[in-house]
Amino acid sequence: MTELAINFPFALQGAPAPQVQGIDLSWYLALSAVLFTIGVVGVIIKRNVISMFMCIELMLNAVNLTFVAFASYFRDVTGQLFVFIVMTVAAAEAAVGLGIIIAIFRNRESLDVDDANILKL
Amino acid sequence: MFLLLQANTTELYSLRDLMLIAPELILTVCGCVALVMEVVLPYRKSKWTAYFALVSIGLAAASLASLYFANRDLFPLDGFYGMLRIDGFAILFKAIFLIGAALTVAVSMRYLDVEGEQHGEYYALVLFATVGMMFLACGFDLISLYISLELMALTFYVLVAFTKREKRSNEAAMKYFLLGAFSSGILLYGMSLLYGVAGSTNLGEIGRSIGVALQPSVNELGMMTSGIPLRPLILLGVIALSAGLFFKISAVPFHMWAPDAYEGAPTPVTAFLSTGSKAASFALYLRIFTEALGGLRGTALDWAPLVAIVAAITILVGNWAAVTQENSKRLLAYSSISNAGYVLLGLVAGNSYGYIGIVIYLLVYTLMNIGAFGIIISLRRRGIIGDNVNDMAGLAQKAPGMAAMMAIFMLSLGGLPATGGFIGKYFLFGGLLQRGRLEEKSWYYWLAAWAIINTVVSFYYYVRFIKVMYLGERVADDRPLALSPALRAALVVSLIGVIIIGIYPQPFIDLAQKLITPLTAGALAFR
Amino acid sequence: MMLSLILQQELARMQTTGGVGSPVTAYWPIMVFLVVAIIFPVLPIVLGRFLRPMMYSKTKARPYECGIDPKTEAHDRFTVRYYIVAMLFLIFDVETIFLLPWAIIFMGEDFTFTKFALLEMFIFIGILIVGYYYAWRKGALEWA
Repeated sequence: MTELAINFPFALQGAPAPQVQGIDLSWYLALSAVLFTIGVVGVIIKRNVISMFMCIELMLNAVNLTFVAFASYFRDVTGQLFVFIVMTVAAAEAAVGLGIIIAIFRNRESLDVDDANILKL
Repeated sequence: MFLLLQANTTELYSLRDLMLIAPELILTVCGCVALVMEVVLPYRKSKWTAYFALVSIGLAAASLASLYFANRDLFPLDGFYGMLRIDGFAILFKAIFLIGAALTVAVSMRYLDVEGEQHGEYYALVLFATVGMMFLACGFDLISLYISLELMALTFYVLVAFTKREKRSNEAAMKYFLLGAFSSGILLYGMSLLYGVAGSTNLGEIGRSIGVALQPSVNELGMMTSGIPLRPLILLGVIALSAGLFFKISAVPFHMWAPDAYEGAPTPVTAFLSTGSKAASFALYLRIFTEALGGLRGTALDWAPLVAIVAAITILVGNWAAVTQENSKRLLAYSSISNAGYVLLGLVAGNSYGYIGIVIYLLVYTLMNIGAFGIIISLRRRGIIGDNVNDMAGLAQKAPGMAAMMAIFMLSLGGLPATGGFIGKYFLFGGLLQRGRLEEKSWYYWLAAWAIINTVVSFYYYVRFIKVMYLGERVADDRPLALSPALRAALVVSLIGVIIIGIYPQPFIDLAQKLITPLTAGALAFR
Repeated sequence: MMLSLILQQELARMQTTGGVGSPVTAYWPIMVFLVVAIIFPVLPIVLGRFLRPMMYSKTKARPYECGIDPKTEAHDRFTVRYYIVAMLFLIFDVETIFLLPWAIIFMGEDFTFTKFALLEMFIFIGILIVGYYYAWRKGALEWA
């Protein structure tokens, strides 16, 4: 198991994690960091509002994964509680975002952010 | 959170906790009532909602004052199992938000009439946004801070899109929404990493854990038992938090949303966005960076250089980009970016001078910026948007009083002595110099000098307004300005505030010093 | 047969080691599930490819729409009302996740807590009802 972990960003040291042997905290953190990065890159390169919005949701869910991983590591419920909050806030954000997107589409019939160019430098 | 179960259950009913958030409770209930009023009242009576909102803000202010006078010797008070902390800092910021909200409601009525969008939801949303800001000022836990930040941000997305038939408003809302949600995600990632460092979301706990992780006795990187090195985790958390917060306060390089959102939003919303939302984000910034991350000052993970560089660039870009603007809302947006840079200097200074400067500057900035936007609103009427700098031409002949007010607001934004803006800048720069002397590091002096040079540049575009008003070609349009009593009152209040703070600042400084001291003491205790 | 054997072995292992397995074996059930999930749709398709008679006709190539003849293209605009209902559903649906933890600890330590929790939940639902009333009066729930 150690050989596997050495190739990993966070070298496996110290006592093994209390949960499943071998799959310790760093794996979860690395996964969520990768997901978060995918989300960030997606927001930057996508041109469609809906896709950008989905990438933002991906970022939030990556953060949720971090919270849950830490919560299970610390055996503490606060992290899980935070996930609940983030989920509701994400839903509220989705509702507001959909509302704004509908308003835009009614006025201009396009969801490409490059078409939104009335306001310029 | 399981304290909730373990604690003495009679504690659950604690009225004391409810008393601590009485101003917010009042605003929440009144916001819900305003929402119902909107659907019950006919359109022509919807101004009642505006007056109702003003009354509820007044009630909240009264309850805030009584909260202060009843408990001022007991600060800081913790409530809701450490979720909230009411101290002088929170009270001061809440007062700023209430002033900003009241002025915004007052300048909004006239504008919404002109737009034909006089709806009660607007006022309900302003009230909810104010609740979010007020909880941001007193939140002492990452959870409560995140919820209140999102409450504020979500209501602002809707407010920016409020004139829904206006394409500019839609577009501004879309940009603000996408970038705002994006920055919240980054901020949240930083929060999750801090939670990973401490195993708790309480800011005090995080501060303590970081203090432990930084002790030399802990090995090189500060390993957790799982083998996760703590110090890189802290560093990444600080960077993610800073990036998210730089977005919220529109600091360079995360400022691109601000000019678009400010230009496209309805003007009173722009006023509130540039004052209330910005001040609330600074409250959050200060809270996290002094209480939780204050221990990092002077260590290898010091965040002061990062903030200092961002502040320096923000001041430069904000001021120089404002010079070429023709649209006055956009110009004020860039001015607001540069002002965010000045306020960041107070955080870099990190001493009582700097904190007093932040509070006073944010208060004065709220007054003068809402005043300036109020004058832009008074130029608006059907057919004329009035947000071009040249629309001010000849204002001095048409309405000398308004022109004089605008001139004073502009000079105060620039920081001319004897106006409120000068006092704020004086303390911000003074804090930097004091810190530089204390630590014997020259870059603090250079930073202050840099800020002062750029302040001089800023006078160029502020004075441009005055030049256009007094020397500009007189416009043919002789119709009187569209003023409502509420708008007039808001302008006068802002003007009086700016002048009083400029001429006789002592009471404000004393108050700020008295209320902010515990914060600085806490921040310095780590050093 | 083999699957159940593996699962039984794994269960026995988990019981002896107190739920802690080695990294690979701990995820055995998931891997088994994955394999089954892949086989389940792929097998009928592959089998059907060999068993069915090959006969094409125009009627057969048409999209299936509950037996009704399709009249327009599938890429049609949906009316905006769907989005409004979706938004409302999204919000009120997600709010229920706060009811779940509340329901679990509802009958907690003693009756004092239950009374407190009940009161809290009435306040929470009251706020939701204000929003619901607003949406109703605004006509967001009207279809026509």
